[in-house]
Amino acid sequence: MSEVTTSLSQAAWLVLERDLKLAFRRWEQVTHPVVFFLMVASLFPLALSPEPSQLRNIAACVVWVGALLSSLLALESLYRADQDDGTLEQLTLSGQPLSVLLFAKTLAHWLLSGIPLVVAAPFVAISMGATAEAFGVLMTSVALGTGVLSFLGSVGAALTLGSRRGSVLLSLLVLPLALPVLIFGARATDLAMHGESAAGPLWLLSAVLILTVTLAPWASAAAVRISLE
Amino acid sequence: MATWTWFHKLSSPPHFYRIAGKMIPWYAIPAAILIVLGIYGGLFSAPADYQQGEAFRIIYVHAPAAWLSLMCYTTMAVAAAVGLIWRIKLAHALAAATAPIGASFALLCLATGSLWGRPMWGTWWEWDARLTSQLILFFLYLGYMALRSAYDDLTRADRASAVLAIVGVVNVPIIHFSVNWWNSLHQGSTVIRKGGPAMPPSMLIPLLMCFAGFTLLYAALACVRVRAEVLQRERNATWLKELGAG
Amino acid sequence: MDAFLSMGGYGRFVWPSYALAAAVLAWNIWSALRLQRNALEHARRRVAIARGDADRQAL
Repeated sequence: MSEVTTSLSQAAWLVLERDLKLAFRRWEQVTHPVVFFLMVASLFPLALSPEPSQLRNIAACVVWVGALLSSLLALESLYRADQDDGTLEQLTLSGQPLSVLLFAKTLAHWLLSGIPLVVAAPFVAISMGATAEAFGVLMTSVALGTGVLSFLGSVGAALTLGSRRGSVLLSLLVLPLALPVLIFGARATDLAMHGESAAGPLWLLSAVLILTVTLAPWASAAAVRISLE
Repeated sequence: MATWTWFHKLSSPPHFYRIAGKMIPWYAIPAAILIVLGIYGGLFSAPADYQQGEAFRIIYVHAPAAWLSLMCYTTMAVAAAVGLIWRIKLAHALAAATAPIGASFALLCLATGSLWGRPMWGTWWEWDARLTSQLILFFLYLGYMALRSAYDDLTRADRASAVLAIVGVVNVPIIHFSVNWWNSLHQGSTVIRKGGPAMPPSMLIPLLMCFAGFTLLYAALACVRVRAEVLQRERNATWLKELGAG
Repeated sequence: MDAFLSMGGYGRFVWPSYALAAAVLAWNIWSALRLQRNALEHARRRVAIARGDADRQAL
């Protein structure tokens, strides 16, 4: 029996590549959260008023609440299909450290759910009366923030895999944990829109991202093992 | 390793059941005495606050509730970690028993905070940093209990909720910091000023009594609840018979 | 006595706080005791079943 050896980085790369390929075949999985984001954003002017000065005040809030909700929506698909077809079980049995493989999976998820939001965020911001100067900070903060949300959410998604109720429970678990992202992200966006330096909240957001990326894969791996037991 | 064997012996369900049963009155009776004395002192012997008048007397139930809700979350997370790492079922039982107690005190803290805020701020709810943090802590408890109840299998419920409790407790300082940071930017009013060295002993001693009483009450409640969990989880009926449960 | 109950005008905030605290304490005690009662009931039933099995084997 010949043994095929795959190094850890190769294995992680394969997981990432596979998830990206699958997503390009199931395109709606990528587009639906973005459409949801745009729809949520369009609710605010309708519920509040079309007054530009009022909209400008809440622009950062709209972008961030929308991004938070839509990345929660996207989390559902993170493990579900892989659990149904047994891929997740194969990953745990592969002999490679599960936390690294899940890191690759979550990274793929961020590329597929976070990046579209980063692209969509300026459009929402424009419609709420933001100017182009704020786009740099806006897109950076959304990129950092959705990264945190993907990694935090991967723990939540893994924890709810084996349970009876899926998505509502997932939101209950992840939303309170995601509050720092909302606070720092919205603040950075708001500062940038008023022409002030947003370095403080951006650094704080980066610190949260580093911490989450370092710790969350271990928690996800533990949670996946528990769910599959 | 005498402590280790002692620890192992205590973590065996029948042994724990007996010890905890003996401990309950030793916690419950001092708890009742301290709470009654503390509340009495708070209502009758403590002078009115020079700034807040009589309204400050809410502190004698508000502050101990805040303390207990935070202590319960920490206890829950530590117990969950112990249970997850050393696979001790008793620790999981303690975590499960602690969550509803902590959640009830978090709710009490929110409600009394709101009642205190009404005369001080003029609104029932102010997005003050402390109240907001407390609200999020309450949500964390709700998430923990919701996750537990979503699993039919007790072992999986234990272990999954343990992971959540650990993730939660790592996050609590970050959440607390971010809420304080957010609040300091928006100049929230901080009328509720807790403790501090300025408090005269006639105010402080009843407050400390309430803190101690609430904490002891938690210990008694946890003993009762963990004993019930142990009985419910025990698959082996022989020691139940020996207990004279029949 | 009236002065004490009115709490310098803050009575309608102080007394509900204490009432809520009493309610939370009472709920905690009640629910813990109820859990204990249920668990004992459960254990008693289990012991009875075990006894029944032993009796049947003895027959």
